[in-house]
Amino acid sequence: MAQAQQSSQFLLRRLHTLAGVVPVGLFLLEHLFTNAMATAPNGAVQFNRAVDVIQHIPLLHFVEFFFIFLPLIYHGVYGLYVAFTSGYNAGQYSWTRNILFMLQRITGIITFVFIIFHLWTTRFSGKAPTFQMVHELVSNPAYFWFMIIGVVAATFHFANGLWSFCIHWGITVGARAQRVTAAVTMVIFVVLAAVGVDAIVAFTHSA
Amino acid sequence: MTATAVETKRKTVHLIIERQDNPDSKPYTQEFVVPYVPGMNVIACLMEIQRNPVDKDGKPVAPVTWEMNCLEEICGACMMVINGKPRQACTSLVDQLEQPIRLKPARTFPVVRDLVVDRSRMFDALKKIKAWIPIDGTYDLGPGPRMPEKDRQWAYELSRCFTCGACLEACPNVNERTSFIGPFAISQARLFNEHPTGQMHREERLEALMGEGGIHECGNAQNCVEVCPKGIPLTTSIAAMNRQVTWHAIGAWLKK
Ligand code: SF4
Ligand code: FES
Repeated sequence: MAQAQQSSQFLLRRLHTLAGVVPVGLFLLEHLFTNAMATAPNGAVQFNRAVDVIQHIPLLHFVEFFFIFLPLIYHGVYGLYVAFTSGYNAGQYSWTRNILFMLQRITGIITFVFIIFHLWTTRFSGKAPTFQMVHELVSNPAYFWFMIIGVVAATFHFANGLWSFCIHWGITVGARAQRVTAAVTMVIFVVLAAVGVDAIVAFTHSA
Repeated sequence: MTATAVETKRKTVHLIIERQDNPDSKPYTQEFVVPYVPGMNVIACLMEIQRNPVDKDGKPVAPVTWEMNCLEEICGACMMVINGKPRQACTSLVDQLEQPIRLKPARTFPVVRDLVVDRSRMFDALKKIKAWIPIDGTYDLGPGPRMPEKDRQWAYELSRCFTCGACLEACPNVNERTSFIGPFAISQARLFNEHPTGQMHREERLEALMGEGGIHECGNAQNCVEVCPKGIPLTTSIAAMNRQVTWHAIGAWLKK
């Protein structure tokens, strides 16, 4: 019994890292891509059209629940547990990796809070998901900055999480492979954060 | 003559030591000043305090206790936190340390007294992952298979671990909230899984790594590889074992 419980710990951890990349990470990419439509010259039209395409995915609620909400809730809640059981000693050992280890957990918690608020004000607000709705939200400076922090935290958490994922699954083994992936994932972070911030700024311009 | 004039006349070493009288008592700090000897290490300072147990102000105190054996970074016994980093006292040269030198016990482990800690949990971890090669039989089993030279070379690096505990002390995930067995044990599982005879018990080690406090507790902070006095590639070992357990887990599941 104890043995079974313990190897389920292993399984739960592995599912946690997996869920963070597939499907949650993939959804993040899709979401950033859709938002980026708003940066086009006729951003409002483009964005509304992209949203419309998504709205017509067959079995949308089913897909949304099983491929987004469920894995997201699992990754988030189990992640809080991981963040709580971790120790933090970057003050005593200020090596880059240890600082990133701490940031991974801090950005995870920020992203968790951010997503709840973000969903509450958009998906579950009862309003139609249009450019105009987002525009009204980000016109509030506090909300705008909250979005910026959330997007930067989420993209960092995703990019740095990819680095960790590659080790957890035994993909990058050697020190060199891990160094290269670290550099690549930081580039991914900068690019994704820029795309996300750019879109938020685009939403501040009225249609 | 003023005190500072005396000090400049004779070179000294200033130490601040965190002490504790028994496992349950409260820690306290004491300061010591010992005469400097060229080339001396931290152990030499502690020996001097033992020879003449007086604190900085000349007040007699109980001598400081610590552990040591080999004095050449081979046994691992003298690991303690020196100026904020876990390391071996015997290879910590006073000339290379910033003064005052701060010594603390490695509190990841239960403190027995002063700088002496109880590292039993490390030996329990080694038992758990079966860090040995069973060769006993009721008859002569004969010589085992040979190990390829190219593997022997890196495996030798792993075999240099002396269970000092520095990697556990520095690891943020070895704490009261987890039962993580520690980086060294994962590396040892890799060592014995690589050995041609040790390989016969490969699955048992992998199962142990997937069990309580196993490899999944690692969060890749990678402090271990920074502090290991033997320069063991712990993070490579962890990733290599992650690969082994991943394949083992998928394979075991498909076989069921
Ligand atoms: S792996 Fe290195 S730091 Fe850890 S116990 Fe072995 S020798 Fe010490
Ligand atoms: S006394 Fe053996 S390692 Fe220091």
